[in-house]
Amino acid sequence: MKDNLILYIGILIFGIAAPFIFPAFKVQLSILCVLIVLATTWNIQGGEMGYNSFGNILFYGLGMYLCASVQVGMFFPLAEWTESGGEKTFVHTPTQFFQGMAVGLLVAAVVPTIVAGVIGYSILGLRGHYFAICTLGLGVAAGEISGGIEIIGAGQGFTTPPFPDVGSLDSRGEFFYFLSFFTLVFTFIAVRSIYPTRFKLILNAIRDNEDKAEAMGIETMKYKIIGWMISAFFCGLAGGIMGGLVGYIDSTDVAFDGREMGVFMVLMAILGGKGTLWGPIIGATVFHIFKEGFWTFFLGWQYVALGVLIVVIVIYFPEGIMGWLREKYPDRFGEVVDEKDRKAQVELK
Amino acid sequence: MDFMVFQYPMISVQACLDGVLLGILFALIAYGMALQWGVMNIINIAQGDLVILGGYIAYFMYLYGIHPAWGVIVAPVIMYFVGIAIYKLVINKVVDRDLFISILATFGISILFMQLMNFAFGADVVLANSDYGTTMLFNNNVVLPNSKIFSAFISILFAICLVIYMKKSKLGRAIRATAQNARAAKILGVDTEKVYAATFGINAALCGVAGALISITFTIHPYMGLPYTIRSFMIVIVAGLGNLPGVAMSGMGLGVFEEFADYILGTEFRIGSVFLLLVLILVYRRFKLSRKREYLK
Amino acid sequence: MKLNKIILSFVSALVILFSTSVASFAKVVGDKIILGAAISLTGKYSSNGVHTQNGYNMAVDRINSMGGVKVGGKTYKFDIIYYDDESNPKRAAQLAERLISQDGVEFMLGPYSSGLTKAIAPVTEKYGVPMVEANGASRSLFTKGYKYLFAVLAPANLYLDVAIDLAVEKNGGKPVTVAMAFEQDAFSQDVRLGVLEAIERTGSKKVIDDKLPKELNDMAATLVKVKQMKPDVLVVSGHTKGALTAIRQISEMKVDVPMLAMTHCDAAKLSKQHGKNSQYALCASQWHKTLTYKDNFFKDGMTYDADFTKEFGYAPPYQAAESSAALLVFKDAFERANSFDKVKVRDALADTNMQTFYGNIKFAEGGQNVDKPMVLFQVMCDGDKCENKVVAPTKWASAELIHPIPSWSKR
Repeated sequence: MKDNLILYIGILIFGIAAPFIFPAFKVQLSILCVLIVLATTWNIQGGEMGYNSFGNILFYGLGMYLCASVQVGMFFPLAEWTESGGEKTFVHTPTQFFQGMAVGLLVAAVVPTIVAGVIGYSILGLRGHYFAICTLGLGVAAGEISGGIEIIGAGQGFTTPPFPDVGSLDSRGEFFYFLSFFTLVFTFIAVRSIYPTRFKLILNAIRDNEDKAEAMGIETMKYKIIGWMISAFFCGLAGGIMGGLVGYIDSTDVAFDGREMGVFMVLMAILGGKGTLWGPIIGATVFHIFKEGFWTFFLGWQYVALGVLIVVIVIYFPEGIMGWLREKYPDRFGEVVDEKDRKAQVELK
Repeated sequence: MDFMVFQYPMISVQACLDGVLLGILFALIAYGMALQWGVMNIINIAQGDLVILGGYIAYFMYLYGIHPAWGVIVAPVIMYFVGIAIYKLVINKVVDRDLFISILATFGISILFMQLMNFAFGADVVLANSDYGTTMLFNNNVVLPNSKIFSAFISILFAICLVIYMKKSKLGRAIRATAQNARAAKILGVDTEKVYAATFGINAALCGVAGALISITFTIHPYMGLPYTIRSFMIVIVAGLGNLPGVAMSGMGLGVFEEFADYILGTEFRIGSVFLLLVLILVYRRFKLSRKREYLK
Repeated sequence: MKLNKIILSFVSALVILFSTSVASFAKVVGDKIILGAAISLTGKYSSNGVHTQNGYNMAVDRINSMGGVKVGGKTYKFDIIYYDDESNPKRAAQLAERLISQDGVEFMLGPYSSGLTKAIAPVTEKYGVPMVEANGASRSLFTKGYKYLFAVLAPANLYLDVAIDLAVEKNGGKPVTVAMAFEQDAFSQDVRLGVLEAIERTGSKKVIDDKLPKELNDMAATLVKVKQMKPDVLVVSGHTKGALTAIRQISEMKVDVPMLAMTHCDAAKLSKQHGKNSQYALCASQWHKTLTYKDNFFKDGMTYDADFTKEFGYAPPYQAAESSAALLVFKDAFERANSFDKVKVRDALADTNMQTFYGNIKFAEGGQNVDKPMVLFQVMCDGDKCENKVVAPTKWASAELIHPIPSWSKR
């Protein structure tokens, strides 16, 4: 723990200093933070609980729309804001903008949590692939349906309030960077504090054998719902931030972007190693760097690369980077290895 | 909300007929999915993309002056080998792994296919004209393009052939044996690896037929696959594995549901309502099952 | 210890990676003026994205080979950095940010589609980077008071309102009934707004107002309703997909409407894909090769059409023509500003008043081109050979509008 403290402080300092060291990368760094939040919270129910969801995008998109709607609706009529593709222009004063953002983010976090709680009872009763496909359907349905709702812009999209003019050109990037960075810190602390608890063990028990866990007297449904609600809370928050950062919400391409974000968050968690604390973080970082660094050179071939990447990761590295490291250097993970036993096991395989 | 469909009885008839014809096509795709799911316990997210690829084969024949209806024969042959190739490269590595792995791996294949089709054929919407004309019914109040009737007919034909093949042929029996109990089949000398490959190939071939029919009846473009995957998944869940009449019925039911949703809720909610129906069916299934307290395995 | 070493080395690797990938481009390098563009090379807009890219490339080659851009007595050549925005607004906004803040681009070309332009415009506006865009027609782009956004095309609401006027005119000035089917995306919905306004202005009535989902390939339901309600005009807009699906099903279901108005007919290669079935479709277009505009680079529409066909192997849809025009506008503005200062170039752009092969270009306060009317053409077939002929406005009309469309039983 003490060693880790140095690491944490190091990362924190790096995080705070980053936008000043690399001013040109502020937006990418903010997106990285959001991606880490998504991967980490997907990992709670996907990795620790064993409920592989493609539907966390639902909470992300919901948070995005809610945050923007609240931010607008608090000061101006929402219907007029989105009418005819946002033809009328209303200008938020800085105070209005930040107040709206604060309340909006709160709503964006709380409402998806409640939604997760409400639908959780029905959906978390599904197991395995039924759950995965059901959540996939949920995400796509949400995108299609929200694309038909007039008050949030329907097919024309929703332009979120532009950042108010507070002097410096960099302030928008800095604001969103720190917003997402501190959300990340908050998420990390929350997830970290779950790890040593009984709650996490229960989630693992559900993953390993739900029926036995139930037979042991654990109310699995309750814990499953709580686990999903935690994911939903942070996904909503991340969505709200992302909405402000992108500045334009489209139902299927930005908000309920199951084909990209919905898959990315699963992929990042698996790439890093699901069921570990650091796995999703490393996975998201590697993925984002790979994406930003090489994506643009592929010019069109990136989806081919992505498809191959998914297949390769899934087939050859299902344990992810952390799982690989763990196998290679088990002692670093605090696992005592009996070499003889290990060899015997390898031979058995 | 719009209840025009009930005010004009002829529209209801039209919607039902359209839905049934569409549903038969869905059922064909779903049958392929049920087959591979039952035999090798794989859920193939790329199912819809295989369908679209089949459609492009028919389209290409059309481009080179061959009547696209021949695609119904050529597409399954090509797609069979595509299916085998996919099996050899990817699927055989995920067959006995966690189901989620297969979902994710086929998701990867789906993305790959979409993009490769985009490169090969462009993102343009294309279609193959069959020039089959139109049938008018009820004093010209109900119109049925002959291409739709043709595709329903061909779908039924293929389904029947397949059922007979499954019943009579050696490979068909081996497939059914593997579906019942892969281990026992292996012990009794069935080459399960070969059976798996053949199953996936047959599934891809069925998708190819369906795709060729879709390009004759509707339009195709590379990014249209997912709704077909979801539909077939839904049909299989409702019908259950290995229940062909059930697949056909629920396919037609879905087709009719879609048409009516289109009229009543508005076209913009059509695809959304399909996905929502999937969620509702799964949830209904969960409550039904939980009453029975059944264990999976 | 444990994990720390791994993670720390990881973090330091990150730092090194970020710090080495510093901006390697700048707005003007040597004799090159570098423009940035995020284009849809993948995803649902990729076919139109490629038209846009071809249009840009064609103009860049032409301008460079004909002497380039003269600024301050020196000759410069254009160069474009392309990124693929995956037809996704989120990605487009990120790439615009990246082009500006990391690649140091100071002049931008627009992406394809209104939605993506809507996502990029706030970014270019924030950095004060002039953007000449050729494919974002949504009217709401021009009411936001953007100062650095210039569109060489007419706003989307002007696409099909002429068709309604035309229908009313043909109806003896009496109001008509209109059926509408529009895709759920920014552009088509804006076209819808224009049509709605025209309906209101002429006192007409809308009888069907359907919205098509983005993945739709079946609009039978809408057409059944059309058959039942028998409107005077059917308006369909949904990029190329909408046009193709509509024609296929209209011809198969033998839907008779006196007037069928659409968008994206030329990009969809309607007459090629559908042949005679597409006959009589009325299409809105920003440009047509027979228009009599002229400039020094491409001469006129017919020459552009021939050159483009020679270079890329297909006839240019208006999406390509307007993209080429965007480069001509930039060249003109650079030369008049005689400087690479963003504000000066912006002011020069605002003062643009020129003629290109594509049309006259003059920007209004909001950035839209006000000096170029839309044209309507109708697909007309002579035997099996189909051609698009301009029917409105009358100034360029090369054929008389055929109205009403003969019923299917008589074809």
